Amino acid sequence: MRASLFVTCLGDQFFADAAADTVRLLRHLGVDVAFPEAQTCCGQPAFNSGHRNEARRMAHHMLDVFDDAEYVVAPSGSCAAMLHSGYASLLDGGDRERAGGLARRTFELSQFIVDVLGVRALGSGLEGRRIAYHHGCHALRELEVREQPLALLRAAGAELVPWEAAEECCGFGGLFAVKHAAVSVAMADRKLDTLPGASGVECVTSADGGCLLQLSSRARHRGLETPFRHLAHLLWEAARGAT
Amino acid sequence: MEPHSREYRRAAEALLRERPEVRASVTAATTAFDEHRARAYGEIDADRWRSWAAGVKSHVLSHLDTYLEQAEASLRENGAVVHWAEDAEGAAEILRGIVERESVRRVVKGKSMLSEELGVNHVLEAVGVHVRETDLGEYIIQLLGEAPSHIVGPAIHRSLEDVRELFARELGTARDASPDALAAAARAALRDEFLTADMGITGGNFLVAETGTVALIENEGNIRLSTSTPRIHVALVGIEKLLPRLHDLAGFLQLTSRAATGQAVGNFVSLVQGPRRDGEPNGPEQVHVVLVDNGRTRALADDVAWEALRCVRCGACLNICPVYRQTGGHPYGWVYSGPIGAILAPSLLGLAEALPLPHASSLCGACTDVCPVRIPIPEILLAWRERAVAAGLVPATERSALKAYAAAAARPRVFGAAGAAFRATPARVRNALPLLRDWSAGRTPVEPSRKPFRALWQEGIE
Repeated sequence: MRASLFVTCLGDQFFADAAADTVRLLRHLGVDVAFPEAQTCCGQPAFNSGHRNEARRMAHHMLDVFDDAEYVVAPSGSCAAMLHSGYASLLDGGDRERAGGLARRTFELSQFIVDVLGVRALGSGLEGRRIAYHHGCHALRELEVREQPLALLRAAGAELVPWEAAEECCGFGGLFAVKHAAVSVAMADRKLDTLPGASGVECVTSADGGCLLQLSSRARHRGLETPFRHLAHLLWEAARGAT
Repeated sequence: MEPHSREYRRAAEALLRERPEVRASVTAATTAFDEHRARAYGEIDADRWRSWAAGVKSHVLSHLDTYLEQAEASLRENGAVVHWAEDAEGAAEILRGIVERESVRRVVKGKSMLSEELGVNHVLEAVGVHVRETDLGEYIIQLLGEAPSHIVGPAIHRSLEDVRELFARELGTARDASPDALAAAARAALRDEFLTADMGITGGNFLVAETGTVALIENEGNIRLSTSTPRIHVALVGIEKLLPRLHDLAGFLQLTSRAATGQAVGNFVSLVQGPRRDGEPNGPEQVHVVLVDNGRTRALADDVAWEALRCVRCGACLNICPVYRQTGGHPYGWVYSGPIGAILAPSLLGLAEALPLPHASSLCGACTDVCPVRIPIPEILLAWRERAVAAGLVPATERSALKAYAAAAARPRVFGAAGAAFRATPARVRNALPLLRDWSAGRTPVEPSRKPFRALWQEGIE
């Protein structure tokens, strides 16, 4: 099986190691991983702020880049959702059909592992780890990814810590985080304030780098030391045993 | 109500900075509301109910002319007087006319968001009428001189402590009065208002075209008193509030209650079926129903935003909204706040007036998951954002930045070079760039990975 990695802008620039772990994990699971180097941005920042023409331009480019990919796998629910649901609403005619095709072949990492590869357990590398999972909104509501990451973490021995605000938005929202910075920060605080106490959580994870940047940057600013780690790291650790 | 939605960002910032207790009150109230909603949805096949309700509302809206005429005929048959108000001024004219003809001096009001939209209290007070809000929350904010901050719980931004202080000052209650004692004091004060009022003004949750029934849901009994004790009852009803048949009403009363407060149905449901008839011991001598447009026809003609007119004003989208939860409704600067306010305001006020509101969302989509009439709120938010761009209402800097970004993204080499340039810029300079500067207010600056993934890939991943 062949899959093309869609690394995403944040993956490329801020979560390069998590993207590398994505490659390691997929290879470990027998997937032949390609990285089409012409890939750029999915266009979501333009799409979400109403710049439809610009978003369409980016969508066209990415349709070309991933045209012959058997599967497209992203270590991000939000960017995968843009390919999955955003493009069809941006494009017309034949392009919309191509977008529909791409949508059917595009997956967030944990979704790909569980739903496409049919893998339910990666290994036991997370034995006894107490982990809080943040559900990114687009993974949750557009891709309907809820149980896949949790199941993989649990199967690796991790204990998922109940978190009242696990499914609430972290306040990132792309440009929202800077356009409405004060509200965005307050939203991050709601997440951080509802996290189980200091000893309760060993690390917070999520399928989305944007959410992790938002939560960790706010946490550091407040002097909180909770580690925030990308899901791809943890799944790779699950597969190969503890580091 | 005079809109000040343009000030959203500054108002939200000021509130978060200066009145952190509001955030605490609003978060507590909305999470409780939402838990009740979730439990109540869990007791029924909520997805099916919501699809049914969305279908009924869409049907009514697509045949609104027919149903409005039917409703008017049914209301007249019941003996109600029907008025049509094209806008707020038209509604004011109608109310002043009734007040003058009937020598109305004192008015009691049930909670009505439409009356807030139309600025009814102001209109009546300007002609010397004494107006008293009788919903407990509305009563509180009337005494405080504030606007409602939530569709269902207008005073949720206030704490018990705030109310103790207010009632001690206004009603002479003890500084440490219990919630029950506070409610009793309000009840006693309002009792006199009901008994001396000439006219009761309410909204209407639903208007059944088939039977001319104005249906009102409430929990305190104040609407029942407002509609039955004074000699005149005026119901202000938006033209989008129609339901075809009495049969539909049963479902909507339940679904709206579950969505709003998690109740199977509100404590009181009043079905107003015209004035007191011969031989009936009580009820008003006159019932007036004012059918209000105030921008709704324009909204209905909008091929995207029309779906917002399905709204039943339950507040479920406010309760689950992570943005609303931080500030409550006041920074939105208008009567309808939260997600539904953000999509209704551009329709009813005009996009320029409401511009920040469609952007006051992270597009998380939680609202649409709970909406009892399945309004696709994120899609409508996006449509307003697109229209703002098309109408040239966004800053020129944003336009040119996104144009440049899109141009680069279509050329991988340029895009890669831009990434490299970003990394090569010293952190100190980088974090002074406009976007990153706003990021760093309250957050540590972001640090790129040691190398971009592209470089790792080229080196080979072991």
